[in-house]
Amino acid sequence: MKAAVHIGGPASAGPDLQELLGLVARGDQNAFSQVYDAVGGSVLGLVRTVLRDPAQSEEVAQEVLLEIWRSAARYQPSRGSAMTWILTLAHRRAVDRVRSAQAATDRERRAALLERTPAYDEVTEQVDARLEREQVRRCLRALTELQHESVTLAYYRGLTYREVAELLSVPLGTVKTRLRDGLIRLRDCLGVCA
Amino acid sequence: MNTGDLHLLTGAYVLHALPPGEHADFERHLPGCPSCSEEVRELAATTGKLASAVAVVPPPVLKQRVMARVAAERQAPPVVPRQSRRGGTRRGRALSRFALAASVAAAATFGSVALWQYQEARDARDAAQRTEGRAADLASVLAAPDAKAVSGGFAKGATGTVVVSRTLDKAAFLASGLPNPPEGKVYQLWFADGGSMRSAGLMDVSGTTGAAVMEGPLDGASGIGITVEPAGGSAQPTSDPLALMTLPA
Repeated sequence: MKAAVHIGGPASAGPDLQELLGLVARGDQNAFSQVYDAVGGSVLGLVRTVLRDPAQSEEVAQEVLLEIWRSAARYQPSRGSAMTWILTLAHRRAVDRVRSAQAATDRERRAALLERTPAYDEVTEQVDARLEREQVRRCLRALTELQHESVTLAYYRGLTYREVAELLSVPLGTVKTRLRDGLIRLRDCLGVCA
Repeated sequence: MNTGDLHLLTGAYVLHALPPGEHADFERHLPGCPSCSEEVRELAATTGKLASAVAVVPPPVLKQRVMARVAAERQAPPVVPRQSRRGGTRRGRALSRFALAASVAAAATFGSVALWQYQEARDARDAAQRTEGRAADLASVLAAPDAKAVSGGFAKGATGTVVVSRTLDKAAFLASGLPNPPEGKVYQLWFADGGSMRSAGLMDVSGTTGAAVMEGPLDGASGIGITVEPAGGSAQPTSDPLALMTLPA
């Protein structure tokens, strides 16, 4: 399945979002409200997928959105689109939270992880995102099983590559490689440009 | 860990799947590895698709809470290397500090003019404070996240810096060491647009320092110029430019 698909929806609103961030950086609350509308659903969805706990997810999503407000001036377009910057920030915060809670609930967490329920089946459907969801799902299916599991455990569950290796009982080097070539295959399938 | 191994970490890095030590190693490796940086940009954009695919409809109360907090929350200035600042006080002072931070950041890129630029920014701030509207305009260009600066010397020891923000589609011009224009004459700024010059307004010079946001959008301008014109300005330059500078990309 080689043909790249071009995805619509929030992620393609790059230039506008970048412009809005420029306004947010100068304290424009109206611009921030528009940024919220463009990214709020993805931020909360991602955080909730990683953290699972709804109350904690809203708290972390709120922190992420406030951080966008505070640090909009630090967004550097040369490093990627505004949407990527925001979602990277959201993933980082979600992962930090999951890891800080890890020590206490390590055993439960492991048990939950072993169920390996595909994350994208758990969330509420959003009409706008359905097409994008379908394309991502199709491209995830085009990965090898090991690529698919490595990428989704790391991204949607916030595991380090060592944890992924342990959980799947494969060597560390293999996981590193699968995370990379899995994402490269996804990139090509989704027709992603930086 | 050798360099070959580091190349393979792009995937784990964008997935935040590296333990802190390896994460830091990789970040040190990145600036010197253009191919890794390019791959990181692309793979990070790919993870963005994974995030968009799990988007939900947020409860309205979340937006209400966030907007309420935003109204009271301070903002950080643009990145200043090896320095972290926490918010401003009043809006006006925050803007001036934005301008300073931005020009210090820009100066870091153009090392030799750093000190001059800092001084220039202070002068610009002082000049700008005399007219608040202009101050805000000027500060917004200097503080734009994508602001880039180019400096150069021109006639009789005068120096100029042009600061460009592509996102704002604006340029600002700062000059120091400029004499007051001759009686009945003014300094006029120009955008060089292809083969033609487009007026970008007049620039006041007081105490040998001038700072102005250039009038009009950048559009396709590739450079800027400054000329001496009869009072009121001209539709087209009537004298040779004192300086012509190429805009930063």
